Amino acid sequence: MSKILSKPKSMKDSSTHYCAGCGHGIVHRLICEIIDELGIREETIGIAPVGCAVIAYDYWNFDVTEAAHGRVPAVATGIKRVAPENIVFGYQGDGDLAAIGTAEIVHAANRGENITIIFVNNAVYGMTGGQMAPTTMLKQKTATTPLGRDQKTHGFPLKVCELLSVLPGVSYAERVSIHSPQNIIKAKKAIKRAFQNQIDGVGFSIVEVLSQCPTYIGLSPEDSVKWVAETMIKEYPLGVFR
Amino acid sequence: MWPVRRKDKRDDIIMPKIEINKERCKGCRLCVVYCPKGCIRLEDFINKRGVHPVLFLDKDKKCTGCSFCAIMCPDMCIEVYK
Repeated sequence: MSKILSKPKSMKDSSTHYCAGCGHGIVHRLICEIIDELGIREETIGIAPVGCAVIAYDYWNFDVTEAAHGRVPAVATGIKRVAPENIVFGYQGDGDLAAIGTAEIVHAANRGENITIIFVNNAVYGMTGGQMAPTTMLKQKTATTPLGRDQKTHGFPLKVCELLSVLPGVSYAERVSIHSPQNIIKAKKAIKRAFQNQIDGVGFSIVEVLSQCPTYIGLSPEDSVKWVAETMIKEYPLGVFR
Repeated sequence: MWPVRRKDKRDDIIMPKIEINKERCKGCRLCVVYCPKGCIRLEDFINKRGVHPVLFLDKDKKCTGCSFCAIMCPDMCIEVYK
């Protein structure tokens, strides 16, 4: 009898601060499993965002730095240009990438920087208390849209993968979800391809991961997973965009 | 004297099993929902975090080691042995 699945070596043996059922823990584990499989733990530099994953460096057992709010692609660009032999990846949430950091991600993608961005989209601002994010869905109730998001006042949900896929600098853009074990395995393949692209020097890769936020969607963990599967995927279709 | 149990044929077969870190478990129940054989349920006691951790109960030896529970666990509390 042998152990077939346990905590990856790139993950520190500490408990995370995330709420019960949060998708961040799953994405953290997938990244660590891929880094172990590719054998790049010594060369990898991660960049933690501002948001729920702000202290991701406490959970990852490789070099991680912190960037100002939304400036992960800019910091990743700098590190990759100074140390091109290192593997640089950015980990961002939807308030970080799609709201305050839109300029940085669009220009880093347009320059075709050889970096990997993991974008966790849970349709709400998690750390600050459940306010509306640009990726919040129409009619979704949040702390700042108590009557539901209305397109006349708040605009439409921002679809980052579609937006970036038209840029010639982007080499790989895919949207995946983590609402079931099958989709988690697909998400792992997508994130692995994004890292492999960087090792091969292909160019800018972004993987958008649809995740659940049980606390601020206002549902139990199992219902929030169903909500991602039924509601969120209709608005954000899965697939490879470039 | 303890009652002597007759040896069963099933006793020789080593079945897959999981081990749960009960102090790290946050009781989100995603493993309970996604276990296809229904081998996981909530524990009666409350851990340090103030939640009911999950319990692996496989009396009928149904567990196949599919590791869906460990894949879904956001806190990496589950180790799968096969």
